[in-house]
Amino acid sequence: MAVAAVKDYRFDSADRLENFHGNQLLFVGWEDHLMFCAPFALALPPSMRFGELVDTTLPGAFGYHPDFARIDWSAVQWFKSGQPWQPDFGRSLADNGLRHKDVIRFRTPGLTGIDGSCS
Amino acid sequence: MDMKATSGKKLGLKEKYRHMTRGLDWEPSYQKKEDIYPYMAYEGIKIHDWDKWEDPFRLTMDSYWKYQAEKERKLYAIIDAYAQNNGHLNVTDARYLNAIKLFLTGISPLEYMAHRGFAHAGRAFPGAGPRVACLMQSLDEIRHAQTQIHALSNYNKHYNGFHDFSHMLQRVWYLSVPRSFFDDAVTAGPFEFMVAIGFSFEYVLTNLLFVPFVSGAAYNGDMGTMTFGFSAQSDEARHMTLGLEIIKFILEQDPDNVPIVQRWIDKWTWRGYRVLTLVGMMMDYMLPKRIMSWKEAWEVYFEQNGGALFKDLARYGIRPPKWLDQIAFDKDHISHQAWATFYQYGAASDFHTWSPTDDELDWLSKKYPDSFDKYYRPRLEHWREQAKQGKRFYNTTLPQLCQVCQIPMIFTEPGDPTKTCYREVDYLGEKFHFCSDGCKEIFENEPEKFKQAWLPVNQIYQGNCFPDGTDPTVEDFEPLAKVLEYYHVNFGRDNLDFEGSEDQKNFAAWRGMATTNE
Repeated sequence: MAVAAVKDYRFDSADRLENFHGNQLLFVGWEDHLMFCAPFALALPPSMRFGELVDTTLPGAFGYHPDFARIDWSAVQWFKSGQPWQPDFGRSLADNGLRHKDVIRFRTPGLTGIDGSCS
Repeated sequence: MDMKATSGKKLGLKEKYRHMTRGLDWEPSYQKKEDIYPYMAYEGIKIHDWDKWEDPFRLTMDSYWKYQAEKERKLYAIIDAYAQNNGHLNVTDARYLNAIKLFLTGISPLEYMAHRGFAHAGRAFPGAGPRVACLMQSLDEIRHAQTQIHALSNYNKHYNGFHDFSHMLQRVWYLSVPRSFFDDAVTAGPFEFMVAIGFSFEYVLTNLLFVPFVSGAAYNGDMGTMTFGFSAQSDEARHMTLGLEIIKFILEQDPDNVPIVQRWIDKWTWRGYRVLTLVGMMMDYMLPKRIMSWKEAWEVYFEQNGGALFKDLARYGIRPPKWLDQIAFDKDHISHQAWATFYQYGAASDFHTWSPTDDELDWLSKKYPDSFDKYYRPRLEHWREQAKQGKRFYNTTLPQLCQVCQIPMIFTEPGDPTKTCYREVDYLGEKFHFCSDGCKEIFENEPEKFKQAWLPVNQIYQGNCFPDGTDPTVEDFEPLAKVLEYYHVNFGRDNLDFEGSEDQKNFAAWRGMATTNE
């Protein structure tokens, strides 16, 4: 039973892709850095290069943290829907297989937040 | 109906009650019952005999009005006296006002929604007993909404952020949490509504809502809020009785009802618990004079009281709600996680946030010996240090939200407070995300309902949260400023840190005028 209703009940999803004016949602979390209380929601063109996301968007979102400047991006571990995943920085979000409302996280080995508290 | 009006004798209480409740009911003769009560079957609940309903309180409409009018006369006399004597200057500290802004924007509108919900449920039930009980509760709820709004309107004369709560409820990001909770309940069928609000909320969780706010008001010198709390108390006792009666009645009517009711109890305890995150934060961070910690409140009002209740319900085949293990673990964490959220999104709220003082940090360490110093104190001290250097943290990137509770994904894995809890489901080719197993399972039971959720963050990205006529393509477009305009939040007055706010300055100046000869 997908819903309890008195008659036929079918509506579109509120967050379907076509509502985002050419962008798609991408959720990004930084492991062990819960000073950012939740993963971020970003609306991005699927044609954006993954490297551009890392170089231009993530600093605005995570740059406040003193650990951010210390990240060695070549050592970063990536996850997509919780599974290990390797993005190609030179290719687009779409070519990296990122679809609307995908969630990715990154772990920065050796960096575990304020006084190691995972903050 | 033949009633002898000439006997000269007054009706006895019992007789009067019978005449004015069940005596007013009748059997339809030319319409089918299922046409008159179209919502009785689709939820799967089976009721065989509405007359088995035991009326939880024998109150008739005439005595209801008499009794409530008397109570409200007293209430308004106290509220007037409080206002005329500038009672607002007697609160412990102007930071306290932010707790009641949260109440006015997040809770009072729910009273109004409860009014609508009980009116609807009452109309839907074929039994005269529950119909009358729902009618009374519906009236209680609209009175509560009114008395709260009236009591708090006094603060609107003096302080920021109280000015447009009903507009904000429909729009402001965090208010979608209480709003979607109640929207879910009132759009459910009448039986689910009764289990959701009548039982799970009013019976199981209500003490965790009202005791903290009303005691918080008493501890912090807010006589206005305290008085409406006490005035509502006798009504709340009735609501709890009704909540318990409805659940026992449904369970006794048919064994097929048990699994349906169990699923609703699981769902609504979890949903209610998620909404109470706001209360936990209020208790641990926003009351200058603390009453008890969130953790202590949960232990007393849920673990002890709720434990006894579910022992009692076991004979109907009902077990305690799901996910209690996780809740028990999380009681050390959620209030801190919530305050950190409001602190960093303090530019987008209609109330102020701040860094706790040393005393307050020590109080938190003492109340949360297993979690606070290890996980949360470093974060708060870092932010305080940064703020001193003029780098107060305002997070300006929008957070990911849970599809069901609509809270940002701030909660952590059961058993591991260092890992954000991520859950997701693919439904008809679209991904949906959740903060917990509880919210995920609620979605899986009714995906067609929850896929329509109006998630504030996603709505902003769709361009639906700007004032009419906004052109987001102009150069220098500032989306967050436009979103605040759409919220009716005044930048620099209602939002940002308490330190340096107009509320802080005004309160200090007025209290100075009231207590010194300067």
